Amino acid sequence: MQHHASNLLPARQAPVHSVSVGQWAKHNLWGTPASAVTTALLVLILLWFIPSLLEWSVLNAVFSADADQCQAARDIGACWGVVTEKYRLILFGRYPFDAQWRPLLATLILTSLLVMSCSPAFWNRYLAVVWLLVWLIFFALMGGGKWFGIPTGLVYVPTDQWGGLPLTMMLATLSITLAFPLAILVALGRQSTMPAIRSACIVYVELVRGVPLISVLFMASFMLPLLLPTGTSPDVLIRVLIGITLFSAAYTAEIVRGGLQAIPLGQIEATYTLGLSYWQTQRQVVLPQALAHVVPSLMNNFIAIFKDTSLVTIVSLYELSGALGLAVSGDPNWRPFKIEAYLFITLIYFCICFAMSRYSLWVERQVLHR
Amino acid sequence: MTSPLIQFENVNKWFGTFHALRDINLQVHPGERIVICGPSGSGKSTLLRCINRLEEHQEGKLTVMGIEVTDDLKAIERIRRQVGMVFQQFNLFPHLSVLDNLTLAPIWVEKINPEQAEERAMQQLERVHIAEQAHKFPLQLSGGQQQRVAIARALCLTPQILLFDEPTSALDPEMVQEVLDVMTSLAQQGVTMMCVTHEMGFARAVADRVIFMDEGQIIEEAPPKAFFENAQHTRTQAFLERLVF
Amino acid sequence: MLNWRSQRVRAWCYQVALIGVFIVLVGWLLHNTLGNMRMRGIQSGFDFLLDPAGFDIGESVFTFTSTQTYGTAFLVGLFNTLRVSCIAIVICTLWGTVLGIGRLSGNALARGLCYVYTELFRNIPLLLQLLMWYVVLVELMPDTETPLHFRDWVLLSKEGLALPWLMSEGLTLTPEFLALTWGLTLYTSAFVAEVIRSGIQSVPLGQVEAALSIGLSPWQRLRLVVLPQALRLIVPPLTNQYLNAIKNSSLAVAIGYPDLVSISNTTLNQTGRAVECIAIVMAVYLTLSLLTASGMNYFNRRAALKER
Repeated sequence: MQHHASNLLPARQAPVHSVSVGQWAKHNLWGTPASAVTTALLVLILLWFIPSLLEWSVLNAVFSADADQCQAARDIGACWGVVTEKYRLILFGRYPFDAQWRPLLATLILTSLLVMSCSPAFWNRYLAVVWLLVWLIFFALMGGGKWFGIPTGLVYVPTDQWGGLPLTMMLATLSITLAFPLAILVALGRQSTMPAIRSACIVYVELVRGVPLISVLFMASFMLPLLLPTGTSPDVLIRVLIGITLFSAAYTAEIVRGGLQAIPLGQIEATYTLGLSYWQTQRQVVLPQALAHVVPSLMNNFIAIFKDTSLVTIVSLYELSGALGLAVSGDPNWRPFKIEAYLFITLIYFCICFAMSRYSLWVERQVLHR
Repeated sequence: MTSPLIQFENVNKWFGTFHALRDINLQVHPGERIVICGPSGSGKSTLLRCINRLEEHQEGKLTVMGIEVTDDLKAIERIRRQVGMVFQQFNLFPHLSVLDNLTLAPIWVEKINPEQAEERAMQQLERVHIAEQAHKFPLQLSGGQQQRVAIARALCLTPQILLFDEPTSALDPEMVQEVLDVMTSLAQQGVTMMCVTHEMGFARAVADRVIFMDEGQIIEEAPPKAFFENAQHTRTQAFLERLVF
Repeated sequence: MLNWRSQRVRAWCYQVALIGVFIVLVGWLLHNTLGNMRMRGIQSGFDFLLDPAGFDIGESVFTFTSTQTYGTAFLVGLFNTLRVSCIAIVICTLWGTVLGIGRLSGNALARGLCYVYTELFRNIPLLLQLLMWYVVLVELMPDTETPLHFRDWVLLSKEGLALPWLMSEGLTLTPEFLALTWGLTLYTSAFVAEVIRSGIQSVPLGQVEAALSIGLSPWQRLRLVVLPQALRLIVPPLTNQYLNAIKNSSLAVAIGYPDLVSISNTTLNQTGRAVECIAIVMAVYLTLSLLTASGMNYFNRRAALKER
């Protein structure tokens, strides 16, 4: 009954497990009766839907900027000519046509810096300086005129003529950047033992989170001029920026607070016994862990803010949807093809947001594996 | 010799590139009590979990009660109804009462009526000496009590064999004995069982065979007296020396 | 003795300083506001709510004429908001659950399509979606004379969705209402699907293994073991989505549906009482948020596990 192994077996390589297409299909598509029925139903729906979609959007579509051809192909094919014709107006809004190289350049610089900032290779203290420089360049390019008395050599373009993609990128990026430090302060304040500070933070966060962004934008739009000294009239862009920043900070503060609450009290007590002050503790021990904890929620929040910038149309800043309205609604030749123009900016938004959510998943994995 | 309940023939399993089970050959007959021991990472739990297909083996043939363990969902379901499992983390359903935990499978899988299921559940609860907690919820019980309920839950399906995956490892020391007592009395009642555990006292008292595994292989197999007093392989001897019991 | 190194003294000083700054700030803002209002001839006070509105409202739960008060107009707006929000919440819960479970389905086609749906609808701004649905319903639908129809029961045209057999005079849903409800529901469902999916996937693996080991079928596993436990994890983020749906309904102002914000906007433009109008809107939304949150909290407590 007693026996033992005569020799120890070495580890072997795992056998290569190749699944044929047929096997995969059987397992995933018609393995059980319920699965087979589902597959049949879905395939039927797709077969009804996809060929006509392809026909409309590609096969019968008109790509050239010819309004008559488009009219002829109405209801049969998409009129992408509206994009070919109007894309500059949609992308840049009411910005003076000849000077559109300026917002284009500004957006490209901003976007490249954003993309660069995503890679850990660039994460050092010089990044902050570069960001500051890029913002200065951005506003100098977009606005032109005189900057703090120094002439830029470019024609002055008032902010209410800024629009389209540059406006969206600027509003989203700037408000998120400004909101972040404010959010950290508010989140820390909410944890504070001092009742005045804690109550102030709670009231701010609950008030802002309880109302729609539209209300905050209206408040910024209509009430700020009343709140500031008579005679001053802040730029509509500044008003909107303040509104979005305050809105974004409240939500971000809640997310950061969630991360702070996940830090065990024992850690904080340990740092106090080592002699660190409150601010040192927060900076060195608590915040790095708390923020790493909530990276996915933070990224989701950023994506949401980016999408929310589309609302500034309602307070008369013409970002992409607003610029589209101006470009296409006013032109009777192209008015019937609004849907195609909308699909164009849908594509832009989708690509950017989808890229951000992929990046967010990547960051999540990085943080988990440290 | 009756035909084996469980038969491993040259079973190999990989986790990715890690060779977790190497050429396992093993037979378990009805009425046998088997204890598997070994260092952590040796593949003991993996071996157990292959039996009811919680893990998949890539090479070799594994037969349970005459049914071969493969991808066939129907075969797997039939095997699972006959094989009971007790987990290290108990895994009781926290949203159901103790009684409901036990009657869930009989009502939904065996389709017997609720009164019969309840009767059967109370019997099993008596068997593990915890009938008075029948209407409590799992999180209201201690670890030892929860594990005993888990054993009763596995018994409710009248399985042909019970698998124990380190049943006492997650318990506080004072609760280990109450669970071991239940397992010992089950063994004395003739329940076929395979047990992965570090409790050598239990192995000595209850097992028919003790199996030592290391690095995915079965190194040594013997009745407890021979195993503990006259281990033959150097690895087994080294392992036993490090144990404190 | 006041000691700067004492924690209590310092805390007290910080708070006094904060309150002091706050009072100065509020005082300055008030001074500016009063000055500005005087300069522009704007009056203040909520008495305007009793004045006749002087505008019609496109659709309303009860009949409204321009002779009725601003206060009544706000009420109409509130009911319109509630109408859209409640329908959207109910449907998006159902559809979102289907999508969320579909994303975890064994069928690859179902999984793929649910994934495409959630990614598509989550990554496009709601405003854009609403504008597109509105264009489809208002410009691409046939005229009233030649509607799309299913027998005489359902008629779809530029005027909206007509259901002549419902109630005494039939029911017509305007394109604005349709675009808002439809768009809001589809959008919110994608987020609800994610909440449900992540709740299901957060149920500990041990529970699934225990369910496997007692031989439950996949459907039984989901219904009896996984979903009841997932519910605990789902309720808080689901509440968030409901609150978002209520707040997002305010985008009605972009497509001309007369919800609360839209009517408040009109009133604001007519009376110039910006502060009061915005305050009313904010107060109403805060109340709605609080009510929804407490309702869901009650539900959350009932779904909680019974512990020692």
